[in-house]
Amino acid sequence: MQPLLSVQNLRAHFATRDGVVRAVDGLSFDVCAGQTLAIVGESGCGKSVTSLSILRLLDEPPAKLAGDILFDGRNLIDLDEAAMRQLRGNQISMVFQEPMTSLNPLLTVGRQLAEPFVLHQGLGYAQARARAVEMLSLVGIALPEQRMREYPHQLSGGMCQRVMIAIAIACNPKILVADEPTTALDVTIQAQILDLMRGLQARIGSAIILITHDLGVVAEMAQRVVVMYAGRKVEDASVAEIFENPRHPYTRGLLGAIPKLGSSADESTLHRRLTEIRGAVPSLIAPQEGCSFAGRCPMVRDVCRRVAPALREVAAGHDSACHLAKELGPMQ
Amino acid sequence: MTSTVDTAGDVPLVLQAAPDLPPIVAAPSRAGPLTTFARRNPTLVVGGLLLMLIGLAAIFAPWLWTVDPHALAPARRIRPPSETNWFGTDDLGRDVYSRVIYGARTSLVVGAAVAAVATFFGVLVGVVSGFVRWLDPIIMRIIDGLMSIPSVLIAIALLGVARGSIANVIIAIALAEFPRVARLVRGVVLSLRERSYISAAIACGSSASRIMSRHILPNAMDPIIIQATYIGASAIITEAILSFLGVGTPPTIPSWGNIMAEGRALWQVKPYIVFFPSIFLCITVLAVNLLGDGLRDMLDPRAAKRI
Repeated sequence: MQPLLSVQNLRAHFATRDGVVRAVDGLSFDVCAGQTLAIVGESGCGKSVTSLSILRLLDEPPAKLAGDILFDGRNLIDLDEAAMRQLRGNQISMVFQEPMTSLNPLLTVGRQLAEPFVLHQGLGYAQARARAVEMLSLVGIALPEQRMREYPHQLSGGMCQRVMIAIAIACNPKILVADEPTTALDVTIQAQILDLMRGLQARIGSAIILITHDLGVVAEMAQRVVVMYAGRKVEDASVAEIFENPRHPYTRGLLGAIPKLGSSADESTLHRRLTEIRGAVPSLIAPQEGCSFAGRCPMVRDVCRRVAPALREVAAGHDSACHLAKELGPMQ
Repeated sequence: MTSTVDTAGDVPLVLQAAPDLPPIVAAPSRAGPLTTFARRNPTLVVGGLLLMLIGLAAIFAPWLWTVDPHALAPARRIRPPSETNWFGTDDLGRDVYSRVIYGARTSLVVGAAVAAVATFFGVLVGVVSGFVRWLDPIIMRIIDGLMSIPSVLIAIALLGVARGSIANVIIAIALAEFPRVARLVRGVVLSLRERSYISAAIACGSSASRIMSRHILPNAMDPIIIQATYIGASAIITEAILSFLGVGTPPTIPSWGNIMAEGRALWQVKPYIVFFPSIFLCITVLAVNLLGDGLRDMLDPRAAKRI
């Protein structure tokens, strides 16, 4: 299938007083229409910078982008601000991490929801308002007419996130970037929001780029998974492959850190200690020698500290950036 | 404790009623919205009422038992306060009471106009500085330079080259005061632009001007309004200083500073000529400052203490 959005060799570097921070360093991935791609990794590995880069929301300078973000025959990296504005909220839109602070506290929900219709479809305020009411009921908010007149502080976090999603999908975007859309919400609301996003995806057929560190969300939503570490892609596979046959120690570490409900009757696994990945993401400033994960890797060898592994195909449609990828068996 | 036995059902029940505890506080009486507002914002209401009183006096000056403030009466020079001249007369025989009441017009007009003009330009410069990154250091160094000179000195220097008139006084004081607004607005814009609803608005396709007018300025309004009142108060004082020094409001227009300047020579023998305009100046400035404090308490919930 022809990819809808193709990110090739994306680099996002920040000039800081302490040196150049390579937040994203040579990331490539494709997303097709109707598909959900999950980008996972722990805090500080470049997930959010990736999502902000796609919409070109980073301040340039201090940020500097390089590479290709191909969408609809155009390279978003080269577009000027005016052309980007035409795309944002219209063809490509974004759902932010913190719903409570992503709405302007001084404007009613209705005014903010009417905004994309006014900006991109040239509707008058009355028509835009009518569409906004439709959007509110579409995202499952009861009493939409009443909610339109309310201010963000009168809504709960889950409702704010529904409003944010409604704003994001108002113009039927081809790509929806969701940067940890459920992190600030409690589990039941999380499930409802994910359901909502899946339903809307089926309805308008958009591609979703889901940024998360919650592998449970990944299993539920995504078809493809990109695992990021220290600004680079370390593994890229279908969701089934990632969970059953991870070929990178980092991915295995992430999977090992998920608590499981005691389904096993076996005593040894029942009282299994939750494994963590020791250490933290290395500084993105210092130039890397060898594999960036070498310092935390449980299976590290001498060669890992000298030679940075290239991303190689280890199975059909499954890439991994580990020297030992072939030697890793399936997860127990 | 008493227990009763209920035998109405199949099985007899031993009942014990929960003790009835009386409330330990009395519910406050429901006051009207105005009373509630006044009780929550006492400084705002006191300052506002005082200022309103002075404003009404200024507007209705001709009907407040005043005479022509310019009328000379050489025969009745330097009279102490009496039934005909409540605040006495000055060295030209003019009625000090009438001059003080008419002088309120000058002070209030200058205060309000300076607040408006300085806020307008301050917001303009502050927004540009906060939003256009490469211009920020240049603008801020100029503002630093302006702020390093006392505002009265700037105003005196400006009025030294221009003719003294109310309009020129307003422009001079506004020029001296606007850097404070610019600095405040820049700071607020810098902090607001990092809010995530601003990123959300950009992600929605809003242009920079739309973000400025719809998202940043409305959220910056509270501190701007509060600052504007303080600038009004400071402008009233500066106007009086300039007039007292003889570089401000022309002597043909009564202003509190002018009256004080004229009474200065007689200060040791006839203090009332200086005393009455000073009292009015104090009360007006106090009223505006109380209004500013009250607005701050009302608009900034973190600083406000609720009763």
